[in-house]
Amino acid sequence: MLIYTTPPKTNRIREARFECSCSKTAMSSKTQSSSSMAQARRTVQQLRIEASIERVSKASSDLMRYCGEHAKNDPLLMGIPASENPFKDKKPCTVL
Amino acid sequence: MRSPLIPEMATQEVQLNETLAHLKTESETLKTKLEEERAKLHDVELHQVAEKVEGLGQFVMKTRRTLKGHGNKVLCMDWCKDKRRIVSSSQDGKVIVWDAFTTNKEHAVTMPCTWVMACAYAPSGCAVACGGLDNKCSVYPLSLDKNENLAAKKKSVAMHTNYLSACSFTNSDMQILTSSGDGTCALWDVESGQLLQSFHGHAADVLCLDLAPSETGNTFVSGGCDKKANVWDMRSGQCIQSFETHESDINSVRYYPSGDAFASGSDDATCRLYDLRADREVAIYSKESIIFGVSSVDFSLSGRLLFGGYNDYTINVWDVLKGTRVSILFGHENRVSTLRVSPDGTAFCTGSWDHTLRIWA
Repeated sequence: MLIYTTPPKTNRIREARFECSCSKTAMSSKTQSSSSMAQARRTVQQLRIEASIERVSKASSDLMRYCGEHAKNDPLLMGIPASENPFKDKKPCTVL
Repeated sequence: MRSPLIPEMATQEVQLNETLAHLKTESETLKTKLEEERAKLHDVELHQVAEKVEGLGQFVMKTRRTLKGHGNKVLCMDWCKDKRRIVSSSQDGKVIVWDAFTTNKEHAVTMPCTWVMACAYAPSGCAVACGGLDNKCSVYPLSLDKNENLAAKKKSVAMHTNYLSACSFTNSDMQILTSSGDGTCALWDVESGQLLQSFHGHAADVLCLDLAPSETGNTFVSGGCDKKANVWDMRSGQCIQSFETHESDINSVRYYPSGDAFASGSDDATCRLYDLRADREVAIYSKESIIFGVSSVDFSLSGRLLFGGYNDYTINVWDVLKGTRVSILFGHENRVSTLRVSPDGTAFCTGSWDHTLRIWA
């Protein structure tokens, strides 16, 4: 029985954020407050960016409209004749 | 004599703690606000909005070409802009360039490592990039002389600290975007090998990436083992949006043709559609009978169809708007590992662990 090896996906990084990787043991309490503050600042900044992104309530309608507008140009959707598709054989096979 | 420094330091300590507390409060407020905003848009599930759209008929799609030649599992493939050439890479360390019309092999390169998990065609059609367990992404210029040893002209561009999972040229042959098992993505200058920008934010291996269509600007999306799909600004390195609704590793991400949304495929056996302007998941493509993971996804030209390659050897074709499956395709004899629609949308190609590639139309 063949046993397939799976692609490597086993390496997991422990720290969620790379800025947390500073060694905690060697720091004074003041430096510790500064680095967790730096981290808090980054989180707040990230959240500010995400909160400011414009919300579009009609997003789904836009997706629908795009599909409708481009449907006729979609070969896999519409199906195109064999003569226009280089991958489809042009003539039926005949047994000679 | 000055008064002792200790009271001053104590004051600074207090100030730091106050600022920290203030930032934490603001962070909580923003999180709540985000949740509220997202909940407001709850009534725009895509399939509900698309109820009145005409359903799709029967689809007849068959294997039109089978590309045989790899000695082991096919892991990745990419189309050339000329709509006929294909580059593919395999566990056996080989990277092959095919003419998909004739099924002829035009070039073959043997990499110094096995598990070549990523390959990409340059926009000019004059080079290919690939990499995998060697932790690098290398670029090979394609020579017109079939006898020339391609390996001699190899250029090492990217260096990660773990395996390369995906790579893609940007709009030109000059820059490459990579993702890696080391949890980062990176943008490189091909000529100098210089790191132009790095993208940190995933908590585990990054498995896939896709560049936004050029009209939408300089962003890309990545998916990882942390179940997150992140959208990045290429210039600043910032993560501008993040989505975490999948229940397992995200193996593939692909932008919707308009650039306003992207699809993802995951080990949780579902594909999902995320709308970037609504900032939420708007559709989920799943069936109780589908229990195997999705390895790769791609859209048809209009975005109406979503093709998914699955670990149960099949390809499921989904109606993006209605959320229903329109077709299931059989043919491969092992996992489908990679799937891409051709640049002009006339066909799509799949690569599999059964060592072959198939062109479907």
